[in-house]
Amino acid sequence: MSAQAPTAPAVARATSALSSTIGLKVVMAVTGIALFGFVLGHMAGNLQVYLPRGADGVWALDAYGEWLRELGHGGAIWVARAGLLLAFVLHVGAAWALSRRSWAARPVSYAKWVAKESTYASRTMRWTGPIVLLFVVYHLLHLTWGSAHPDFRTGGVHHNVTTGLAQPLACGVYVVAMLALGLHLFHGVWSLLQTLGLSHPRYERLRRCAAALLAALVVLGNLSIPIAALAGWLPR
Amino acid sequence: MKIRLQVWRQEHARDAGRFETYEAPDVSPDMSFLELLDVVNERLVLEGREPIAFDHDCREGICGACSVVIDGRPHGPRERTTACQLHMRSFPDGAEITLEPWRASAFPVVKDLIVDRSAFDRIIAAGGFVSAPTGSAPDGNALPIEKENADLAMDAAACIGCGACVAACPNASAMLFTAAKASQLALLPQGQPERWRRATAMVARMDQEGFGSCTNHGECMAACPKGISIDHIARLNRDWIHASLRAGRRTATSGDSAGG
Repeated sequence: MSAQAPTAPAVARATSALSSTIGLKVVMAVTGIALFGFVLGHMAGNLQVYLPRGADGVWALDAYGEWLRELGHGGAIWVARAGLLLAFVLHVGAAWALSRRSWAARPVSYAKWVAKESTYASRTMRWTGPIVLLFVVYHLLHLTWGSAHPDFRTGGVHHNVTTGLAQPLACGVYVVAMLALGLHLFHGVWSLLQTLGLSHPRYERLRRCAAALLAALVVLGNLSIPIAALAGWLPR
Repeated sequence: MKIRLQVWRQEHARDAGRFETYEAPDVSPDMSFLELLDVVNERLVLEGREPIAFDHDCREGICGACSVVIDGRPHGPRERTTACQLHMRSFPDGAEITLEPWRASAFPVVKDLIVDRSAFDRIIAAGGFVSAPTGSAPDGNALPIEKENADLAMDAAACIGCGACVAACPNASAMLFTAAKASQLALLPQGQPERWRRATAMVARMDQEGFGSCTNHGECMAACPKGISIDHIARLNRDWIHASLRAGRRTATSGDSAGG
């Protein structure tokens, strides 16, 4: 009995927090950190496509993929997938709820409106977000399930990447998506710090620079792979 | 100077509204923007037409009544300047200028360029105050306040509640106003007892009024005639998170039973 008593107010607190715009924004910020962390880790893993075959003749990327699938007796990858899916659903759901509020808040738009402080990245968040969402679906069909891949081999990660991204159309999709992701992160990384209240005038420049640097890092690292694949620079 | 105005005309809240063009052939560069509207209106009255309705009061840049989007910017193109302090010399001769009201569902149009900003009053009523005994002024320095906090609180208190932040925001969010009104108290010792309740109550009221959600564009700060920083928004976010995490967690068990 006594253990049950605190649950109801906790649930009530959580629902009231999520009905607030700031509560939803905190959800976006926290899930944004999780998704951004995944993007960095995913990129670090993928850059192994530049490494040669190991002594046993197995591509470094294939060995890494195998390691990921075996980690924690094959359980870790599912925990990570479940966490990512949850973060993704919460991020998109909160974005949808907040966007709807904002659209309803200005039913008549201005005949003339001049931007002064906002950036191209900040104004296109509601475009770059859906672009990245569509890309993730394509990316999973392309390199996880392989149904959108012309010559998919289960476990042959290196082969799938080098052949799949060598197609100009697929390569183009990846390039566009990574540029959109870069814009999304440039505003998102700075914006989540602001939402979580982590601001101080002394570190304002640092916040902007960190966001620009991290976005550039992700764009350059991730763009290099499809471009190198198309140009035939990846080890085969 | 010759000026051509494209002005939003709307009879009442439920009227669809439309733009109308007015010529002002005899404008002095030393006129304020509101004086230009006065001159245009005098002619309209002489012609027996309905004058353009616009909000104004002190015309000194301190009351927050004037509220016109001038050529795509609330209060016009000059930084830290209200429409009443904007002079026609800021525009080139022969300029064509578009005038619109603040556009937000929380600020319904009353008539032409006048909007109803009482949503702001209701946000203040929700918690933008200090419940303290009033009376004679306290002795100077009786209550020590860190200099930096006093200055920051004064920055926030410069808000005149004009609503330019909402008008400039692509989301029609009222976060800068709400944050300024919460910060001016959160930074001072008198504001501490109600600090956490204030943050949640004012944000809840802001949401209830139908303002949009802040996406950190920073347009509010650029449009604010008092140059209030979005650092105050970060402070309100911080206070709201703190208040939400703390709510219901601290419960005194014995308390003071004396006199009970």
